[in-house]
Amino acid sequence: MATQSQVIVGPTVARRRSEGLWWDAWGRLRRNRLAVIGLGLVILLLLAAIFGPTLAPWKYYIQDDAALAANNFLPLPPFKSMSHVLGTDPNGRDVLSMLLDGAQISMTVAFVVQLVVIVIGVPIGAAAGWFGGRTDNILMRLTDVIYAFPDLLFIILLSVSLYDTWFGHALNGVLLVFVAIGLTSWVTVARLVRGQFLSLKETEFVEAARAIGVPPARIIIRHLIPNSISPVIVAITLGIPAAVLAEATLAFIGVGVQPPRTSWGSMISLGYDQIRIYPWLTLLPGLLIATALMSFTFLGDGLRDALDPKLRGKQ
Amino acid sequence: MVSYIVRRILWLIPVLFVVSIITFGLMHSVPGGPFDREKALRGSVIERLNEKYGLDKPIPEQYVNWVGGLIRLDLGPSYRYANRTVNDMIGEGLPRTIQLGLMAFALAILLGIPLGIIAALGHNRWPDYLATAISLVGIATPSFVLAILLVLVFSAGLDWFPNRGWKGPATWVLPTIALAGYQVAVIARYTRASMLEVTRRDYIRTAQSKGLPDRAVILRHMIRNALIPVVTVLGPILAFLITGSFIIEYFFGIPGAGRLFVQSIQGRDYAVIMAATVLYAAAIAIMNLVVDVLYGYIDPRIRYT
Repeated sequence: MATQSQVIVGPTVARRRSEGLWWDAWGRLRRNRLAVIGLGLVILLLLAAIFGPTLAPWKYYIQDDAALAANNFLPLPPFKSMSHVLGTDPNGRDVLSMLLDGAQISMTVAFVVQLVVIVIGVPIGAAAGWFGGRTDNILMRLTDVIYAFPDLLFIILLSVSLYDTWFGHALNGVLLVFVAIGLTSWVTVARLVRGQFLSLKETEFVEAARAIGVPPARIIIRHLIPNSISPVIVAITLGIPAAVLAEATLAFIGVGVQPPRTSWGSMISLGYDQIRIYPWLTLLPGLLIATALMSFTFLGDGLRDALDPKLRGKQ
Repeated sequence: MVSYIVRRILWLIPVLFVVSIITFGLMHSVPGGPFDREKALRGSVIERLNEKYGLDKPIPEQYVNWVGGLIRLDLGPSYRYANRTVNDMIGEGLPRTIQLGLMAFALAILLGIPLGIIAALGHNRWPDYLATAISLVGIATPSFVLAILLVLVFSAGLDWFPNRGWKGPATWVLPTIALAGYQVAVIARYTRASMLEVTRRDYIRTAQSKGLPDRAVILRHMIRNALIPVVTVLGPILAFLITGSFIIEYFFGIPGAGRLFVQSIQGRDYAVIMAATVLYAAAIAIMNLVVDVLYGYIDPRIRYT
C-alpha cells in the first residue's frame, strides 16, 4: 500500500514533499493580508535593530546640554528641532536614538529568548515523548511546577535576586533578562514537542523506519524533529511578542536593562512620572512596543494558518 | 467527580512545596538581605535584627520555620516595616487587587462576548471586520501601553479621571479598562470562533428547518452552545486578572497586593515574597480547578474520572 511505496522510494519522496509543504505554506501566507503587513513590519523592526544604532543621529547616551540650554533647560518636544526630530528627554538625550537602541535590545531579547526556549524546550519535550513512561512522568511534572508559577512574578523574582551579582551585570543586565524570560517560557514548546513525538512515534513511517533497522537517534533527527517543526515555529513566533512584553515589563519596574542603556520599557519607566507634561517620552516607546507586539502576533497567526490550515480560526 | 477534585487538590500540595522551595532558594542564594539597603546600619545592629527575625539560623531551619508558620496561617512579620505582619499587609492589599480583578473580569465578559457574537453573526461583513479589528488591536496592546494612552487622553487631555490613587469610583475607571482591554480581545476572539463553529452544526439546521424564528435559534441554540468552550478560557483569564494586575497597580499607584509584591521583591522583604508567590500559585491552580469542575457541570458530555 501507500506505506510500502513510501519506504521504497524513501528519501526523494520525503524531500520533495517537505519542499512542497513550505512552498504551499508560503503561498497561503502571502494571501493573508495581515500576515504580510506583520512580516513587513517585522523586517522593518529587524533592520532598525541591526542598523539603527549606527545610523542614529546621536549616540543614545549623549546629553546635548546646548540644546537643553537653548530651550530654557526643558526637554525639546518632537518636531521642534531638526537635530532632535523626536525631541529629547530631560537629560538632553535624543529620543530617536534612544528608541533605535531600544529596538536593538528588544529584538535581541526576543530572539535570544527563543533560542533559550528551543535549547531547553525541544530536548525536554523530545525526551518525554520518545521515552515515555517514567521519564515522561517526571519531566511533565517539572513542567507542571513551572506552569504553576505566575510567570511574570517568577521572572521578576529571578531578576531581582540575581541583579547584584556579576551575572546580573553581564551585558548591562541583558544576559539576566534572556535567562529569566527563557527559563519560564520553554514549557509550551516542550509540551508541543512531546505531543508531536507521542503521536508520530506510532505512525507507520516511523514504524517502517524502525523495522528496517534505522537507529533511534537517526529516526529522531530525520523523521520526528522535521515533522514536529511547524507547530514549534508557530509557538516561537508567538513567543516573541510575549518576550518583548516581558522585557518591557521588567524594565518598567526597574529590574531589566541597566543604565546607560535604555530599552523601550525603561524609557516608559523614566517618563511616566511626567506623563502629563512630557507625554512623548512615554507615548513613543509605548507605541513602538504595541507595533512590535502587533506585527509578530499577525505574523504568528498567519504562520499558524499557513502551516496548519486545519487550525484556521481556532484559538 | 469528588475523587477527581480531591486528587487535584492533593496534587496542589507537592506543587506548592516545590514552588516555595524554589522561591526560598532563589532569595537566599545571593548575598544581601533585607537590612543592608538604603540606610547603612552598623554591623551589630544588623546582627541583632537578623537574630530577632531568625535570619541567623541555618537556611533549612528557616524554611522549616516558615512552613510551620504557613500551616498555622501565620505568615510572619515583615522585615521592612517594623511592627507589621505579612498577614496585615496582604489583608490590606488583597481586597483592592481582587476588586480590581473582578471589575476588569466583568468588563471583559460584558464587552468581549457581545463583540464576538456580533462578529460571528455578521460574518465577513462590516460588523465582523470592525469587531475583529478591535480584538486584533486589543491583543497587541499590552496593558501598560493601553494605560499610557488612557492616561494621556482621559487624564492629561480631558481631565475626566485622575491618573493615580485608589480613592473612590473615579479612580477605578482607568485601571479597570487598562487591565481588561487585552482580555476583552481574547474573549471576543474565542466567542467568535466558537459561534462560527456552532453555526455549521446539524442541530442548528434542524432548528431552522422546523421554522424556529432566527432570534430563538440564535439565543436558545447557538449562543448557549457556543459559550461552553468560552467558559474554559474564563478561568485562566480570571486568574490572570487577579494575579497579573501588578503592573497596572504599579502604574496607577494602587496600594494592592500586586504592587506590594513588586515592592517587597525590590526591598528583599523575604516574608512577603514567600507569602505572595505561594498565594498566587495556589490562586491560579484553584481557579483552574474551579473552571474544570464548572465545565463538567455546564457540558454534561464531559465526565472526569
